[in-house]
Amino acid sequence: MDFSIFLQYGPALLKGFGITVLCWLAGTVFGMTLGLVVALIQRYGPRWLGWIIQAYIEIIRGTPFLVQLFVLYYGGPLVGLRLDALPAGILGLTVYGSPYFAEIFRSGFRAVPHGQIEAARAIGMAELAIVRRILLPLGLVSSLPALVNFSIILTKETVILSIITVPELMYQVGRMSAETFRYLETNLVLALFFWLLVEAISRVGRRLEARITKHLVEERT
Amino acid sequence: MQAASVDIRKVNKFYGPFHALKDIDLAIQPGKVTCLIGPSGSGKSTLLRCINFLEEYDSGEIRIDGEMIGYDAPGRRMPGRKLRGMRRAIGMVFQQFNLWPHMTARENVAEGLIRVRGMSRAEAGERAAEALEKVGLGDKMANHPSRLSGGQQQRVAIARAIAMEPRVMLFDEPTSALDPELVGEVLNVMKALATEGMTMVVVTHEMGFAAHVADQVAFMEKGELVGVDSPARILHEPEDARIQAFLRTYHERNSF
Repeated sequence: MDFSIFLQYGPALLKGFGITVLCWLAGTVFGMTLGLVVALIQRYGPRWLGWIIQAYIEIIRGTPFLVQLFVLYYGGPLVGLRLDALPAGILGLTVYGSPYFAEIFRSGFRAVPHGQIEAARAIGMAELAIVRRILLPLGLVSSLPALVNFSIILTKETVILSIITVPELMYQVGRMSAETFRYLETNLVLALFFWLLVEAISRVGRRLEARITKHLVEERT
Repeated sequence: MQAASVDIRKVNKFYGPFHALKDIDLAIQPGKVTCLIGPSGSGKSTLLRCINFLEEYDSGEIRIDGEMIGYDAPGRRMPGRKLRGMRRAIGMVFQQFNLWPHMTARENVAEGLIRVRGMSRAEAGERAAEALEKVGLGDKMANHPSRLSGGQQQRVAIARAIAMEPRVMLFDEPTSALDPELVGEVLNVMKALATEGMTMVVVTHEMGFAAHVADQVAFMEKGELVGVDSPARILHEPEDARIQAFLRTYHERNSF
């Protein structure tokens, strides 16, 4: 194995990794936000809107990300949606991730004991205040492990963005492999980068979980 | 006779084909304690939950200080804002306490004062402290529910309700989820409330509490209000065979 080629390609790889992280972060934040909105509409919105949302969830979850990305990037211009590769990639990740996030939030909300909502109703709290003060904080806590888990899955979906020429890590590695024929070395480095990213995310996730569940766990004496 | 605090008239409730409440008539006088007793599944909790409209009733009416709750007119639901306004005056204590686990005892009590009564944080905090003192938890204010015993949690729940200064307090089996040695502390707080003249409706299996504290006892079975009378009449010389049978099982189960 020969790793000397990385001296030459190092900067391009780092830049690619930066774009990978950017796509992942933006896709996760936007996807989570969209998912949260979707889950709230499902819970509180009118029934017809719930059906539309259910259809959207089924369609997105039932088709490969690659196909969705092609439809968005190559089909988008047909309906006037002309996006550069990077924004298209981020939008694609957002749309792809949102129904999974929505389902995570939905089950998180369902984990909030109904009695705690009733207690708030019984003292006359308005629904919006109940959502903000009771449902969201408690629902988010129970959603957290699954949210972190799906965010980790999303890191690896970013490699697909290389196919619509987003210059992220996979794209750089692909170019480098084609030019040097060092497929093994380049892909091992790709794996290393992802492993680092995933490790960092799960550490942050665990720390966050420990912190926000501190008061929720029964003390053992 | 004074006007009733809670006036329940001809109330019916169905779950699909199941007739859960059958033509219930019951008047709860101000400053009095009413205990609802009866076998499980008899509809006592359902009736209690109809009083603050956590449970909808299908016909009849329930009036709180003269004002019908839940409906503007028979069959026409009242707007949410109006319902919330009425609920402010009705405190409720649940079997499972239902404290909010992400808030301290004090925050649990202050929450309603801030969100519903529009108090400042400082004022709500002070009121919450007073309410917690009153239930004997002045030293546990900064604890989260996970660091309180069941009895303490239930007392926080009572403080949360009384801090809102309700005109009526509803208790839904407040001691049923507690270990036996923790029941007393909760009943004592309830007795103190009763002595102060709080209007209370209590669904309970604590016959001792019903006998000593209640002004009237209502016995329910299979969705029917079988009898309402003084504790002595219901618990010691019941005429109805269903009440006699219930008490016989109760005594057998509790004798040793």
